[in-house]
Amino acid sequence: MANDVIPLPRPTALSEPHWNGCREGILRVQQCQRCKTCVFIPQPCCTHCQSNDLNWLDCSGKGKVYSHTTVHRAPRPQFEVPYVVAIIELEEGWHMLSNVLGCPVEDVHVNMPVCVEFREITDEITLPYFVPTR
Amino acid sequence: MSGSPLQQIAIVGAYNTPQAKQLQSNEIDVLLNAVQGALHSAGMRIAEVDGFNVTSSTQRFTSRQSVMLFGARPGWTGSDIGIPAIIEAALAINAGLCETAIIATAQVSAHRERKKTAPWTRPTNEFVECWGLFTPAEFALMARRHMHLYGTTEEQFAEIAATIRNNGARHPAACHYGKFVTPQDVLNSRMIAEPFRLLDCAMTSEGGAALILTSAARARDLDVQPVYLLGGGTDKQGMAYVTAPVWDKYGDVGRRAAKQTFSQAGLHPTDVDVLEIYDPFSFEIIRQLEVFGFCSLGEGGDFVMEGHLRMDGRFPMVTNGGLMSFSHAGLAQLIQKPISAVQQLRGEYPEELTVKDAKVALTSNGGSGALFTDVLLLGTEVPS
Repeated sequence: MANDVIPLPRPTALSEPHWNGCREGILRVQQCQRCKTCVFIPQPCCTHCQSNDLNWLDCSGKGKVYSHTTVHRAPRPQFEVPYVVAIIELEEGWHMLSNVLGCPVEDVHVNMPVCVEFREITDEITLPYFVPTR
Repeated sequence: MSGSPLQQIAIVGAYNTPQAKQLQSNEIDVLLNAVQGALHSAGMRIAEVDGFNVTSSTQRFTSRQSVMLFGARPGWTGSDIGIPAIIEAALAINAGLCETAIIATAQVSAHRERKKTAPWTRPTNEFVECWGLFTPAEFALMARRHMHLYGTTEEQFAEIAATIRNNGARHPAACHYGKFVTPQDVLNSRMIAEPFRLLDCAMTSEGGAALILTSAARARDLDVQPVYLLGGGTDKQGMAYVTAPVWDKYGDVGRRAAKQTFSQAGLHPTDVDVLEIYDPFSFEIIRQLEVFGFCSLGEGGDFVMEGHLRMDGRFPMVTNGGLMSFSHAGLAQLIQKPISAVQQLRGEYPEELTVKDAKVALTSNGGSGALFTDVLLLGTEVPS
């Protein structure tokens, strides 16, 4: 569903390691070194204990669908409908938004096992989509 | 009883300008019309107002500018929006920073590029925008999780949307006046973001609104029925539309605000006569019924199907048609909830939309997908 005219992320100093990871084929999340909480979206300190000792953790890219919606009226004409927006619950216990690709939209369900699939959109930006685990 | 300091404050003026899908008027003219209408409703002159929160979003008109426009008198200016703006103004009056405050806002011409959804529904954050997320999808992700956990159904959503829209169909000032729908019409409308169909969603429109607050002492000198602030609370859980709307983290947003509100008022949900609560999407009504304490978690869908929210039910809701049928005009819609409550409690609605002997109205702003919910309880009498 992605094409070269959908709005793309503009990485910041805070988020750059996440997007660099995507380009390298690794799903990365911040992890607090004091309490081990995974923090997403990227933050200057831990959202659980406020420690600023955060490292970037390489994740397995495996998870399950926490919730989902199939969009039939896109916010911009650049998105081709229908498409699935989902909250993915990652193995490491954190959540992110993405699209679920690789199956009919009506097959997507809560708790469906999925894994990350990176797609290079531009030289700078690779997006982490999710597909059903085979 | 000692009571909340909010109870020493009353709303004495409340007014909506004409609302429409698209207005021909200039936004500042609509704003001025809102101000004049609220003053007329209160029986006051602008010279009696010394607190200002008068803004327009598209024109970026600020409260400081409005003070200048109204004669450059020294005045207190507010900075919040919606229900928190009312609480902020009430506390300013209570602290002696001003005696009478006006809150007014208007929006015209914000959404004219119809190939895209309304600009305020399209977040630009780097972890949201690229997935084609927009407001209906944010709220749909909450609704879907609730359906998964509690078996809530689209038929329950349709009952809500039809009830709200049929109230608006009977309200002569509603944008969708005369447009009656059945639950089946809702289920037959085109899909937007599953499980939400077109008629489950708020409309977009243009218009202005204003209300005037003053001390209870001053209110007694006016020739109007004051509507008192019985209690209020806010609940913010982070920035809206930048991160995943995870039900387990954010699904009960507003529970704290409602608890504070009822506690301040010394009242319970069973004391409420009418619900002028936030209706951006049908499901959000179910969620609020649960977190505000009208029913237990997971039981909102069944509660709705028992008919409690209809005009002849125990808790008539959104009696002007709300965001789905009356209007959804930028920030004005936030204060239009308390305005509807004031008009309902003053008995200003058409007979078939009047809740007989209503004394207490619950109003709210926000919603789970937006990660905030603010609550304000209004009444014709201060609890003794």
